[in-house]
Amino acid sequence: MAKKMAIIATKGTLDMAYPPFILASTAAALGYDVQVFFTFYGLQLLRKDLSNVMISPLANPAMPMPIPMPVMVQMLPGMESMATMMMKQKLKKHGVASLTELRELCLEADVKFIACQMTVDLFEFDKSEFIENVEYGGASTFLGFAGDTDICLFI
Amino acid sequence: MKFDKEFDASGMSCPLPIVKTKKSLTDMASGQVLKVISTDSGSVKDMQAFADQTGNTLVSTAEEGGKYVFFMKKK
Repeated sequence: MAKKMAIIATKGTLDMAYPPFILASTAAALGYDVQVFFTFYGLQLLRKDLSNVMISPLANPAMPMPIPMPVMVQMLPGMESMATMMMKQKLKKHGVASLTELRELCLEADVKFIACQMTVDLFEFDKSEFIENVEYGGASTFLGFAGDTDICLFI
Repeated sequence: MKFDKEFDASGMSCPLPIVKTKKSLTDMASGQVLKVISTDSGSVKDMQAFADQTGNTLVSTAEEGGKYVFFMKKK
Protein backbone atom coordinates (compact mmCIF):
# COMPACT_ATOMS: atom_id res chain seq x y z
CA MET A 1 0.00 0.00 0.00
CA ALA A 2 1.21 3.50 -0.81
CA LYS A 3 2.75 5.62 1.91
CA LYS A 4 0.80 8.67 2.98
CA MET A 5 1.71 12.23 3.81
CA ALA A 6 -0.43 15.01 5.24
CA ILE A 7 0.48 18.67 5.42
CA ILE A 8 -1.27 21.50 7.23
CA ALA A 9 -0.46 24.74 5.38
CA THR A 10 -1.13 27.74 7.59
CA LYS A 11 1.02 30.50 6.08
CA GLY A 12 0.28 32.68 3.08
CA THR A 13 3.58 34.41 2.39
CA LEU A 14 5.79 33.70 -0.60
CA ASP A 15 8.57 32.08 1.43
CA MET A 16 6.22 29.88 3.44
CA ALA A 17 4.17 28.90 0.42
CA TYR A 18 7.01 26.91 -1.10
CA PRO A 19 7.55 24.14 1.48
CA PRO A 20 4.03 22.66 1.28
CA PHE A 21 3.99 22.64 -2.53
CA ILE A 22 7.57 21.35 -2.87
CA LEU A 23 7.05 18.54 -0.38
CA ALA A 24 3.61 17.62 -1.70
CA SER A 25 4.71 17.46 -5.35
CA THR A 26 7.86 15.51 -4.49
CA ALA A 27 6.07 13.05 -2.22
CA ALA A 28 3.50 12.46 -4.95
CA ALA A 29 6.35 11.78 -7.40
CA LEU A 30 7.71 9.23 -4.94
CA GLY A 31 4.38 7.46 -4.90
CA TYR A 32 2.89 8.89 -1.72
CA ASP A 33 -0.79 9.52 -1.34
CA VAL A 34 -0.80 13.22 -0.32
CA GLN A 35 -3.33 15.59 1.18
CA VAL A 36 -2.78 19.24 2.08
CA PHE A 37 -5.12 21.00 4.48
CA PHE A 38 -5.12 24.78 3.96
CA THR A 39 -6.19 26.81 6.93
CA PHE A 40 -5.98 30.42 8.12
CA TYR A 41 -3.50 32.34 5.94
CA GLY A 42 -2.64 29.20 4.01
CA LEU A 43 -5.97 29.61 2.23
CA GLN A 44 -4.39 32.40 0.18
CA LEU A 45 -2.44 29.68 -1.63
CA LEU A 46 -5.65 28.32 -3.13
CA ARG A 47 -6.52 31.53 -4.97
CA LYS A 48 -6.61 31.22 -8.75
CA ASP A 49 -4.32 34.22 -8.94
CA LEU A 50 -1.24 33.87 -6.75
CA SER A 51 0.38 37.13 -7.81
CA ASN A 52 -0.55 38.76 -4.49
CA VAL A 53 1.38 36.22 -2.45
CA MET A 54 4.19 38.34 -1.06
CA ILE A 55 7.21 38.34 1.19
CA SER A 56 8.01 41.02 3.73
CA PRO A 57 11.46 41.90 5.07
CA LEU A 58 9.70 43.31 8.14
CA ALA A 59 10.02 41.14 11.26
CA ASN A 60 11.99 38.73 9.10
CA PRO A 61 15.60 39.34 10.21
CA ALA A 62 16.83 36.09 8.66
CA MET A 63 15.93 37.21 5.14
CA PRO A 64 19.16 37.74 3.17
CA MET A 65 19.22 41.30 1.84
CA PRO A 66 21.63 42.77 -0.74
CA ILE A 67 22.26 45.66 1.65
CA PRO A 68 21.51 45.90 5.38
CA MET A 69 18.15 47.61 5.81
CA PRO A 70 17.03 49.28 9.02
CA VAL A 71 13.54 48.40 10.24
CA MET A 72 12.50 52.03 9.80
CA VAL A 73 13.21 51.70 6.08
CA GLN A 74 11.48 48.30 5.79
CA MET A 75 8.29 49.99 7.02
CA LEU A 76 8.12 52.37 4.08
CA PRO A 77 5.31 51.97 1.53
CA GLY A 78 6.28 49.79 -1.40
CA MET A 79 9.00 47.85 0.44
CA GLU A 80 6.93 44.68 0.48
CA SER A 81 6.34 44.84 -3.26
CA MET A 82 10.01 45.52 -3.84
CA ALA A 83 11.14 42.62 -1.66
CA THR A 84 8.61 40.35 -3.40
CA MET A 85 9.80 41.40 -6.83
CA MET A 86 13.42 40.81 -5.87
CA MET A 87 12.63 37.41 -4.40
CA LYS A 88 10.70 36.35 -7.50
CA GLN A 89 13.60 37.41 -9.73
CA LYS A 90 15.96 35.39 -7.56
CA LEU A 91 13.73 32.32 -7.67
CA LYS A 92 13.47 32.58 -11.44
CA LYS A 93 17.21 33.03 -11.89
CA HIS A 94 17.85 29.88 -9.91
CA GLY A 95 15.33 27.83 -11.87
CA VAL A 96 12.91 27.45 -8.96
CA ALA A 97 9.38 26.84 -10.22
CA SER A 98 6.68 29.44 -9.60
CA LEU A 99 4.04 28.67 -6.98
CA THR A 100 1.45 28.33 -9.71
CA GLU A 101 3.58 25.76 -11.54
CA LEU A 102 4.27 23.75 -8.39
CA ARG A 103 0.61 23.80 -7.45
CA GLU A 104 -0.27 22.60 -10.93
CA LEU A 105 2.25 19.75 -10.61
CA CYS A 106 0.63 18.77 -7.30
CA LEU A 107 -2.80 18.64 -8.88
CA GLU A 108 -1.52 16.67 -11.88
CA ALA A 109 -0.08 14.15 -9.44
CA ASP A 110 -3.42 13.82 -7.64
CA VAL A 111 -2.45 15.65 -4.47
CA LYS A 112 -5.71 16.39 -2.68
CA PHE A 113 -6.30 19.94 -1.46
CA ILE A 114 -8.69 20.56 1.41
CA ALA A 115 -9.71 24.08 2.42
CA CYS A 116 -10.73 24.72 6.00
CA GLN A 117 -14.40 25.63 5.81
CA MET A 118 -14.32 27.45 9.16
CA THR A 119 -11.55 29.83 8.05
CA VAL A 120 -13.21 30.39 4.68
CA ASP A 121 -16.31 31.55 6.59
CA LEU A 122 -14.29 33.47 9.18
CA PHE A 123 -12.47 35.56 6.60
CA GLU A 124 -15.54 35.68 4.36
CA PHE A 125 -13.56 34.41 1.42
CA ASP A 126 -15.35 34.00 -1.88
CA LYS A 127 -14.97 30.41 -3.02
CA SER A 128 -15.16 31.52 -6.65
CA GLU A 129 -11.71 33.08 -6.16
CA PHE A 130 -10.26 29.68 -5.33
CA ILE A 131 -9.15 27.03 -7.81
CA GLU A 132 -11.71 24.37 -8.54
CA ASN A 133 -9.86 21.25 -7.42
CA VAL A 134 -10.48 21.92 -3.74
CA GLU A 135 -12.62 20.12 -1.22
CA TYR A 136 -14.02 21.93 1.76
CA GLY A 137 -13.92 20.36 5.19
CA GLY A 138 -12.99 20.67 8.82
CA ALA A 139 -10.50 19.28 11.28
CA SER A 140 -12.13 15.89 11.50
CA THR A 141 -12.13 15.51 7.70
CA PHE A 142 -8.40 16.14 7.75
CA LEU A 143 -7.70 13.95 10.77
CA GLY A 144 -9.51 11.07 9.11
CA PHE A 145 -6.65 10.99 6.61
CA ALA A 146 -3.85 12.37 8.81
CA GLY A 147 -4.39 9.72 11.51
CA ASP A 148 -3.27 7.10 9.09
CA THR A 149 -0.20 8.79 7.56
CA ASP A 150 3.52 8.09 7.62
CA ILE A 151 4.42 11.79 7.60
CA CYS A 152 2.34 14.64 8.97
CA LEU A 153 3.65 18.22 8.88
CA PHE A 154 2.43 21.54 10.18
CA ILE A 155 3.82 24.38 8.09
CA MET B 1 24.66 3.91 -22.81
CA LYS B 2 21.53 3.18 -24.79
CA PHE B 3 18.39 4.96 -23.70
CA ASP B 4 14.78 5.22 -24.86
CA LYS B 5 13.95 8.77 -23.83
CA GLU B 6 15.77 11.87 -22.66
CA PHE B 7 14.72 14.56 -20.19
CA ASP B 8 16.85 17.68 -19.91
CA ALA B 9 16.39 19.36 -16.52
CA SER B 10 19.21 21.87 -17.06
CA GLY B 11 18.57 25.10 -15.18
CA MET B 12 15.84 23.59 -13.02
CA SER B 13 15.98 23.54 -9.24
CA CYS B 14 14.49 21.22 -6.65
CA PRO B 15 11.93 19.71 -6.83
CA LEU B 16 11.52 20.01 -10.62
CA PRO B 17 14.22 17.52 -11.73
CA ILE B 18 12.62 14.79 -9.59
CA VAL B 19 8.98 15.65 -10.19
CA LYS B 20 9.53 15.87 -13.94
CA THR B 21 11.67 12.73 -14.04
CA LYS B 22 8.70 10.94 -12.53
CA LYS B 23 6.44 12.50 -15.18
CA SER B 24 8.82 11.45 -17.95
CA LEU B 25 8.80 7.86 -16.70
CA THR B 26 5.02 7.69 -16.66
CA ASP B 27 4.47 6.81 -20.31
CA MET B 28 7.51 4.54 -20.57
CA ALA B 29 7.44 0.77 -20.46
CA SER B 30 9.01 -1.39 -17.78
CA GLY B 31 12.72 -1.96 -18.50
CA GLN B 32 13.09 1.14 -20.69
CA VAL B 33 15.84 3.62 -19.84
CA LEU B 34 15.41 7.35 -19.28
CA LYS B 35 18.40 9.67 -19.60
CA VAL B 36 18.20 12.70 -17.32
CA ILE B 37 20.48 15.71 -17.54
CA SER B 38 20.58 18.11 -14.59
CA THR B 39 22.60 21.11 -13.47
CA ASP B 40 21.27 20.94 -9.91
CA SER B 41 23.97 19.42 -7.69
CA GLY B 42 21.28 18.42 -5.18
CA SER B 43 19.82 16.07 -7.75
CA VAL B 44 22.73 13.62 -7.34
CA LYS B 45 21.47 12.53 -3.93
CA ASP B 46 17.84 13.15 -4.79
CA MET B 47 17.90 10.94 -7.88
CA GLN B 48 19.30 8.04 -5.83
CA ALA B 49 16.66 8.64 -3.14
CA PHE B 50 13.98 8.73 -5.84
CA ALA B 51 15.18 5.39 -7.20
CA ASP B 52 15.35 3.83 -3.74
CA GLN B 53 11.81 4.87 -2.89
CA THR B 54 10.14 4.14 -6.20
CA GLY B 55 11.82 0.88 -7.14
CA ASN B 56 13.22 2.25 -10.41
CA THR B 57 16.89 1.50 -10.96
CA LEU B 58 19.48 4.25 -11.15
CA VAL B 59 21.85 2.53 -13.54
CA SER B 60 24.53 5.22 -13.49
CA THR B 61 25.39 8.75 -12.41
CA ALA B 62 28.11 10.80 -14.05
CA GLU B 63 29.32 14.36 -14.15
CA GLU B 64 30.19 15.82 -17.52
CA GLY B 65 31.33 19.43 -17.74
CA GLY B 66 29.24 20.77 -14.86
CA LYS B 67 26.21 18.69 -15.79
CA TYR B 68 24.97 15.54 -14.14
CA VAL B 69 23.82 12.69 -16.30
CA PHE B 70 21.63 9.92 -14.94
CA PHE B 71 20.31 6.76 -16.51
CA MET B 72 17.13 5.55 -14.85
CA LYS B 73 15.65 2.17 -15.71
CA LYS B 74 11.93 1.96 -15.20
CA LYS B 75 10.60 -0.66 -12.80
